[in-house]
Amino acid sequence: MSISVKKERVVSGKIIRISGPLVVADGMDKARMYDLVKVGSEGLVGEIIEMRSGRAFIQVYEATEGLRPKDEVLSTGAPLSVELGPGLLSSIYDGVERPLEILENLWGHYIVRGAEAPAISRDKKWHFEPAVKPGEVVSAGDIIGTVQETVNFQHRILVPHGIKAAKVVEIYEGNFTVEEVVCVVDVNGQKVELKMLSKWPVRIPRPYKRKLPPKEPLITGQRVVDTFFPITKGGTACVPGPFGSGKTVLQHQLAKWANGEVVVFVGCGERGNEMTDVLLEFPELQDPYTERPLLERTVLIANTSNMPVAAREASIYTGITIAEYFRDMGYDVTLQADSTSRWAEALREISGRLEEMPGEEGYPAYLASRLASFYERAGRVICEGSTDREGSVTAIGSVSPPGGDLSEPVVQATLRVVKVFWALEDRLAYERHFPAINWLNSYSLYDRAVAEYLNREVDEEYGSLVKEAMAILQKEDELKEIVRLVGMEALSGEERILLETARSIREDFLQQNAFNDRDSFTSLRKQYLMLKAIMDFYHRALEAYSQGRELEKILNASVRLKIARAKFIPEDEIDEIASIPKQTQEEIFA
Amino acid sequence: MVKEYETIRDIVGPLIFVEGISDSSYGELVEIEYGTGQVALGTVLETTKDYALVQSFEGTQGLSPKKGKIRFIGKTMKVGVTRKLLGRVLDGLGRPKDGAPLPIADDERDIQGNAINPYSRDYPTDFIQTGISSIDGLNPLVRGQKLPIFSGSGLPHQRLAAQIARQATVKGQEESFAVVFGAMGITFEEANFFISQFEETGALEHTVLFINLANDPPIERLATPRIALTVAEHLAFNEGMHVLVILTDMTYYCEALREVSAARKEVPGRRGYPGYMYTDLATIYERAGRIKGLEGSITQVPILTMPEDDKTHPIPDLTGYITEGQIILSRELHRKGIYPPTDILPSLSRLKEKGIGEGKTRKDHSPLSNQLFAAYARGIEARELMVVLGEAALTEADKAFVRFADEFEQKFISQGDYESRTIEETLDLGWELLHIIPRTEIKRIPPEIFEEFYHKKRRAAVKA
Ligand SMILES: Nc1ncnc2c1ncn2[C@@H]1O[C@H](COP(=O)(O)OP(=O)(O)OP(=O)(O)O)[C@@H](O)[C@H]1O
Ligand SMILES: [Mg+2]
Repeated sequence: MSISVKKERVVSGKIIRISGPLVVADGMDKARMYDLVKVGSEGLVGEIIEMRSGRAFIQVYEATEGLRPKDEVLSTGAPLSVELGPGLLSSIYDGVERPLEILENLWGHYIVRGAEAPAISRDKKWHFEPAVKPGEVVSAGDIIGTVQETVNFQHRILVPHGIKAAKVVEIYEGNFTVEEVVCVVDVNGQKVELKMLSKWPVRIPRPYKRKLPPKEPLITGQRVVDTFFPITKGGTACVPGPFGSGKTVLQHQLAKWANGEVVVFVGCGERGNEMTDVLLEFPELQDPYTERPLLERTVLIANTSNMPVAAREASIYTGITIAEYFRDMGYDVTLQADSTSRWAEALREISGRLEEMPGEEGYPAYLASRLASFYERAGRVICEGSTDREGSVTAIGSVSPPGGDLSEPVVQATLRVVKVFWALEDRLAYERHFPAINWLNSYSLYDRAVAEYLNREVDEEYGSLVKEAMAILQKEDELKEIVRLVGMEALSGEERILLETARSIREDFLQQNAFNDRDSFTSLRKQYLMLKAIMDFYHRALEAYSQGRELEKILNASVRLKIARAKFIPEDEIDEIASIPKQTQEEIFA
Repeated sequence: MVKEYETIRDIVGPLIFVEGISDSSYGELVEIEYGTGQVALGTVLETTKDYALVQSFEGTQGLSPKKGKIRFIGKTMKVGVTRKLLGRVLDGLGRPKDGAPLPIADDERDIQGNAINPYSRDYPTDFIQTGISSIDGLNPLVRGQKLPIFSGSGLPHQRLAAQIARQATVKGQEESFAVVFGAMGITFEEANFFISQFEETGALEHTVLFINLANDPPIERLATPRIALTVAEHLAFNEGMHVLVILTDMTYYCEALREVSAARKEVPGRRGYPGYMYTDLATIYERAGRIKGLEGSITQVPILTMPEDDKTHPIPDLTGYITEGQIILSRELHRKGIYPPTDILPSLSRLKEKGIGEGKTRKDHSPLSNQLFAAYARGIEARELMVVLGEAALTEADKAFVRFADEFEQKFISQGDYESRTIEETLDLGWELLHIIPRTEIKRIPPEIFEEFYHKKRRAAVKA
């Protein structure tokens, strides 16, 4: 967060009204929209969100108790920005990028007002390795050097936006703090000093050259996601569901296992303990791809439900700006926001205090456009710079609809923009069918692109297997209706086999226990073999039945327990799953 | 610092509009003098250079714009905290109700509290044995958790809360504990039930009670849980005690919130409750937890009655979105005579995974509970089918699941008010019941655990 007051542009005014997080100040006609301001003697941080006849309407990122009319308001002359540079990874920040670990060191266990500390350490030295030589010409987005930020992560230092055709005059290898000059360039005869630290206003998307269509899936290790409702790198998804249906667990699972290179996790108006959980667990867990602690690739933004609501509104912008920053280096980044509903509610609360005309359910009329422009910041892009570097931001937002009602405004506005819909259902959660993703009404608009990938990379029949399995699940729904009306006897033997297969798909494949070490992550190959074993049983069973073998005997085959337990087979023993079809054959036709 | 004004312009419900004051601070405490000797407390809800909007905690009945006076105290509402409050009965604003004077406080704390830095929290992992199978076995409570009881009118939530308070222990630990009890809008009898429960077990000396009864001023309820939690924070994080906070009934708290919102003519949210109710409730519920490096903990068991037994009503809904699970009581089980009538399927404890298992309870705990949930869900589904179509319409497996569901309700969920089962007893009972369903249907339990417990536990349970 950048809160230094630029002398030349200081505008000061006086408070005339305080109502919750909203403060109105007079004498501010020279201040600018979205400028950051400091309020009262404690210097509480706020942002101007409306100007009316010389009055600034300010949302304050801290508790406003104790402020009085006539207290001073100072504009900093700069918009709310985040600091960017080495040191972001493994850090935890609040919604306006205040470093929570440092705040604890300075002020103790509670968040106190007016607390300030730089987001990126000014003392820590990083080893800067130049990537260009004096005399070379560079432009915005070009890599001038790198820092090995963690064992596996190379932080790339880019030429800042706006600089064109600059000639490198000097560049230094060595250990530097983020504020020391590492490179000097000549721009039209003017010397410009470059440092590792940069800033970016959170409400403005970082530029890129152009967007690309989705290509590869983001592999998550979650069977229902990867196999049935996949998301791509650079894609967008939402996870709506009532309380307790598993949004946070799913988000955590994706943060843990997805094959991106950086994860930015925004806890937006949710529980404190959930952030603690990540903080305690991620250093212990290994990234399955790099075998380094997960925390080393993670940035956490925690603005919990009891922290100030205006900072909650800012938190998702802080998060996505950091995500874009890593994208610009050429990485695949996932930005996860849990929950966007709490962001929307913050927007609603401020809008109410501004006495704006309320739209549906009291949300401001601009809710949908704000949501759309947020998700629009996701995508696979060609980054700025002279080489065509590719990077992506995948955005995944939870939605917490009141009473689980999907017709409410936040869900509806989100569905209009995102491409994947993982509908969590309480009915499934009650049965402890987790992830409680309803397989009948969820969808992924990336499914075709991903099916091609799976056929190519895993097995050529993967795509058709998935289609057939989905058809069985749909048919199950119809048959269950019949059973409800007239009972099981009305069904043919073939239909009984189909029902049992559907149950097997649900229980043995779709259900995945996040808390079981072996079940928590499943490779694509294992996913394929598991589904294959189930579908193979289906076909063998039909065949055996048509040859006159006894139905109960087929359905009670002991190989079915093997199929059910396939999920517990470790990744390095999955040949065992590959051998299930053979056992099925032997047992059923014995 | 204290300033007095006689310039009341409007009185609307609990709100008082005071003109002519140009520098009252937001959230400041005020005293409202009725001119009859009566003095009430209030707080500033909105302040401008021309007026202040004041909310009275004690209502405005009998207040006159001409005679009333408002004193601005110049500080926010505070409460004196000390260990010596244990054993005391106070009113909803923390004033003695038992005739004795207030003890000398160690410190004065703002009742709003500050948010715990998420970085400073420690994850709750100590399993609390309540002795109640439907909680310990399936929805275990851990120290520092916030786990509400969603009830309905006429359901035995008080008995359950009292049983939890009576029986709760942590394995192998004899530390100092305390109960902080915040009552909002409950009846005299209900309050009395708790007091006599605490007396009976000798727990009263470890307990501090804040009592706002049904006939006490409703707006006072907005302060009661905050005062209770401020005291709880002192006991937990300064005195190192493990504090159980019972707040009942949150429904009346929310109604008071709605009343203020309506008087302010705010745009109402769902069912008239204000749009900021989520955040407001979070500033109460999030005050549970543990802090790194500190001894004590705050475990919250808020109780609320769901209007029309509807858990999508904003009060249970928003609560469920904040708390770490919920214990839901079922009218149907209650009618069947089952106590505690825990509605197993929609009940949930989100912190269970890290509080149970090897070294905490037993390594079969998690998979066993998953299996019990799944089997009970299937049993209920089959039972519904059976009601419509008769038993003949079920497969053999489904018949077994129905039998399982019935026995599970009678033997596992049901227990006595004074029956405290150890966690081992609860788990063994679960294994015993699993023998009712076909072996091939036991899919949630990894093979090693299954082999180790399935047969052994049967024998153990049969012997006992
Ligand atoms: N994949 C899973 N495996 C095992 N258990 C799960 C899984 N997903 C969810 N659960 C269970 O469901 C509980 C609730 O999940 P979670 O906290 O993610 O819900 P939520 O949708 O985020 O709720 P809220 O909206 O209130 O935050 C978890 O505590 C866990 O017990
Ligand atoms: Mg959640």
